[in-house]
Order: sequence, then C-alpha cells, then structure tokens
Amino acid sequence: MAVMNYSDAARKAVREAMRADDAVWCVGEDLGRGGVFGQYRGLQDEFGPARIADAPISEAAIMGAAFGAAMVGTRPIVEMRFSDFALCAVDELVNQIAKARYMFGGQSRAPMVIRQPMGMWRSSAAQHSQSLESWYTHAPGLIVICPSTPQDNYSLLKAAIECDDPVVYFEHKNMWGLDGDVDTAEAAVIGEARTRTHGDDVTIVSWSQTANFAVEAAETLAGEGIGAQVVDLRSLWPWDKNAVLDSVNKTGRLIVAHESVAVGGFGAEVVAIVSEKVGAALHGRVRRLGAPRALIAYAPNLENKMRVTAEMIVDAARDLMQ
Amino acid sequence: MNQANFDRERGVKLLTTMERIRAFEENAVLAAERDKLVLGAIHPSFGQEAAAAGVLWPLRTDDYLISTHRGHGHTLAKGADPIAMMRELLGREGGCCGGKGGSMHIADFNVNMLGANGVVGANITIGAGAAHGVKLQGGDQVVVDIFGDGAANRGPFLEGLNWAVVFQLPIIFVCEDNQYAATTKTTSVTGGDGPAARAASLGLTTQTLDGNDVEAITDAVTETITRIRNGGKPEFLHVVTYRQKGHTSFDQAAYRPDGEADKQMADNDPIQRQKNVLAAVGVAADEMQAIHDAAQAEMASALQTAADTPFPDEALAFTDVQDVGSPVVEAF
Repeated sequence: MAVMNYSDAARKAVREAMRADDAVWCVGEDLGRGGVFGQYRGLQDEFGPARIADAPISEAAIMGAAFGAAMVGTRPIVEMRFSDFALCAVDELVNQIAKARYMFGGQSRAPMVIRQPMGMWRSSAAQHSQSLESWYTHAPGLIVICPSTPQDNYSLLKAAIECDDPVVYFEHKNMWGLDGDVDTAEAAVIGEARTRTHGDDVTIVSWSQTANFAVEAAETLAGEGIGAQVVDLRSLWPWDKNAVLDSVNKTGRLIVAHESVAVGGFGAEVVAIVSEKVGAALHGRVRRLGAPRALIAYAPNLENKMRVTAEMIVDAARDLMQ
Repeated sequence: MNQANFDRERGVKLLTTMERIRAFEENAVLAAERDKLVLGAIHPSFGQEAAAAGVLWPLRTDDYLISTHRGHGHTLAKGADPIAMMRELLGREGGCCGGKGGSMHIADFNVNMLGANGVVGANITIGAGAAHGVKLQGGDQVVVDIFGDGAANRGPFLEGLNWAVVFQLPIIFVCEDNQYAATTKTTSVTGGDGPAARAASLGLTTQTLDGNDVEAITDAVTETITRIRNGGKPEFLHVVTYRQKGHTSFDQAAYRPDGEADKQMADNDPIQRQKNVLAAVGVAADEMQAIHDAAQAEMASALQTAADTPFPDEALAFTDVQDVGSPVVEAF
C-alpha cells in the first residue's frame, strides 16, 4: 500500500504493463514530454520513442493507426489529450474499432485503451470541459470506464490494458493531483461497482469525480442520521446492475448523480433499469442530478452553474427523506 | 513489349485472376438482380480488375491488404476463398465473416486481408497503422492500402499519408482512380492536381500508371514492394482506370456522357487488353477461352454452393460483440 495521486497511479499501471508485455505501446500528442498533463512523464526515457510515440495533431490518424496496429498484434494505449478532441476521431472509434470484431465475424480483435481526459476543472470553456461518457455506452463493442480514485485508476487501467476489447477510459482532469492509497495487489474486475459507503436510507449511484462528491454528501448526511449507500459504478459498460438493484431494494430511494448533461445521460439508463426491475420499492422516490442542457462557460460563476455538487446531492437526499 | 523477356506464365496467371474476379462479380450481380439472394448493396469493380490483379501479384500471403467497399477483386487476388466470399455476400453460414459483414465488410484474416470498409477513406489511417504495427514488431511484411479517387477528398488521406511518412512505414498506398466518386465525376469536386500531387506534397514517392495495363502495374508494384520491404519509405501509386458500371449494381449510371462507357469497354477493357498482349506472344485463343470458362464455372459453382448454404444460427446475432457485458442479459 502506498499513497500516490491519480496521475501517478495511472502512470504506474502503464509502466508495469509495458514492462510485462512488449506489445503494449502508447501513442498521442506530446507524449515524449510527458503528455499534456504529465501522466506519461519519464516513460519515453524508459521505453523509447517507438513505444511512447509522439504523434502529429491528427486525432483520426492516432485512433485509426492505433486500430490498424492493434489488428496486427500490438496493444496500443491511445491518448486523446482531451475527451473533446476524440470527437475528431469518432468514425475511427465508433464505426471502425467498436465494430471490427463483430463485423468481421470474430476474425479481428482490437485490444486498445483510449484514454480520454474528461470533465470540468477550471475555466476551460465549452471545448475542453465536456463529459461525454454516455455517448460511448450507446455504441456496442465499446467498454466504458470512469475511475474516481487513484486505486481505481491504477487497477482499472491495468484491467483495461489487459482487456482484449476496446476500452474508452475516462480520467477526470480535476483529479490528477488527488492523493489516495493504492494497493497494487488489488485487481479490478471491469463491470464491478465499488460500494463506497454503506447506508439503509438512500442509494446514490455515481462515477468519476462526482462519486467523490457523493461520498462527501454521505458523510454530511450521516451526521444528520441519514444512511446513504454510495455505489460508484466505476464502469458504465458493462455496469453493475445487481449492486444498484440490491442497494435500492434495501433503501427504497435512488439518486443518480453525474457531471454530464442530465438529458440522455447514463443516469437515465440507471433509473430506467431500476424502475423496470424494482420500481415498486421506490414509490417514486428518485432524483436525477446532472448538468443543465447548456454549454460550459469560461467565467467561473457561469461555469459553476453547470456543476453537480456535494451540497446538491445532500439536498436531494434530504428531500427524498421527507 | 520485349517478347523475348515476356513472362508468359505470369501473364497467363494475371489473366486468370482478372477472369476470376470478373466471373465472381458477374455471378454476384446475378445473385443480386436475378436471384434476389444478395439483399444488400454490392459495388462491382467491372473494368478495374487489372489494378486488383497487378497490385496484389507481388504480395506474400503474410503481407497485409486493406481495401474498400469495392473490394471483391482485391480480396480474391489476395487469395481469399470465393465460396466463403459468396456466402458472405448472401449472408450465409461459413461466409468469411460468418454472414455478419456482407459485401462491404469482407475480411479474410487467413490471408491477412484486414477488411473492406463501408466508409470511404477510413482504411487509409487503419492501413498506416497496420504498417506501424509491423514496424513495431520488427516484421518484414508490407501493407497494401487500396482506396478510390473519392477518398483523396477525405481527411484521413492527409492524416494517414502524413503518418506513414512521419513514422517511415512499410506501406504502399494505391489510389485506384475509377474516375467517379459514387455518381459524381471526381475531377469536378477535386481541387489542385489530384491524388498523386497531394501525396507528393507530403513527401511520398509517387507513380501514376495506366490502371488497365496489368503487366505495367505488376512490374511497377513488384519493384515498389521490393524497395519497401528492403527498408524503404512508403510510396504512393495512382492507378487510373475506369468503372464500367454504376456505383452499385442497381445504379444504371445514366449520369455519364453518352458513349463514354461503351468506348471504354470496347477499347480499354483490361481483360481484353491482356488477351491481346498474350495473343501477341503466342498464347492460343483456346487456352484463353479455357481460362475464361474455368473462371465462369468456378464462380457459378461458388454461387450455387452459397445459395445452398443456410443462414447463420440466430444465436450468432449476439456473439463477438465484446467479452464483457451481455448484449441481452445486462442491457435490459
């Protein structure tokens, strides 16, 4: 067990995977200088420029070429710099990578990790702040992972690199410096949620940075005698339906909370499944917290209007307890 | 032509490949239009057989091919099994892709054919990546990446060619220019001096060839592949041919100037041209007729075999999506 931050945990995962398997390599813009957030710092010194490859600003080629290299036996880690820029490579990701295995009748695999730094941190405005994870849950063939802690960024990134299917891997930009305990012996299973807090009164389903706000909210609520069970999904496809249903069966109340726009967000999927499976347990006690369907502004006070906060989660829980 | 040095055996094999491609596609069109057995669109390459036969000639089985929606010819020339291909066109069990891909997504990884593609130009970056993977693994395979003239107007043309130059990858890009981007005359929607000029501006060595001269294409590609395999740089081939029929088998191509296609078929058909070449070096008409007849018989039989094959088991609708997360159990 060691304390490290979210960025270093991921770097450790990449380094160990590259040491263990020569087929693993990384490609993206500026990786030789450590990547735009320093998450690849020092790796080119150890592995050289062929395996920590500096790419032109050609997102479609980064994605497409990595896919071609995956089909002939390598295991690329693709760095998209900002998840917003991955939109320049959506054909390659959604039309090509996600479909290759099925469309070619199982002849081809695309063992790739597509790292997409997501979310709001500070005044980065509408093209450097988005949370688009739900888009990729809609594309069969892709796995979608959103780690919220250094532990999970270590163990889930390792699991993603070992996975033989393409994984879209969302790291939250505001958490690079977040410290936490990391047990390198802990292996993660893709599709397994982590129950972050236990409680009998309300289930809070979340992921990525918002899951940490949910834990903060649970601590506040505990002080008021309200037991909140935070289910951190960690991966959105596949997602741990049973962990959520079991919790809702116990609490009878559900909050879903995410940073992305509420409309069409993955929270809607969670609520739909819970309603179908255990709707009777809920009696309508459901709240969905997500961003308004607006753009993310530059000015901090306007940007803040798009945030889902711990306080909002607390308020929603109190409301459900009425 | 220097008749003394003419490689008769190669010339006959090239004719055979072209006849097989044409016979395959003639039967595919029959299956689509007469028999209503091909349910989706097919994009035949009538008139473009020389490019397929010539470009693929010097490749080893472990070299890689990546192709387009108009890729039956390339795939056959790479060595794919026509019965498996025909089954794929008919969506049957035992198709190259188990019936899941159809004509536009034929792939045969047994012969390192990495797939046709339904998105114009998408295979340019992917092919560059296959070459990148070869280089990373220290292999000596070459990638042949074939796309059409329309693809030169898509972004991946720039990004993929630049990528290959930056990383010095073992790849030959082949722009098979049939002069029509779907139903639009390509030169009417293309700025500058076209695909080869664009490739040259990125630092690629380029050649422009008569795309209906299978001997010339074969000679050029054989030398090019040797250069690339010996550690050379990526190269670009602009092969100018002519699409004798429409964009799909259903397209009557009435948008072409009167007489254009007729003249091409009469004067510039690659199979007839190769027959003329072979006749001039003494290959008997009977031998060539036998090649034609054998190709027709082979592909008619492939169609019959495919038509007699059942559709895939319905359970396969949900296999090979991904290892985790069931499409039916976990999604509902």
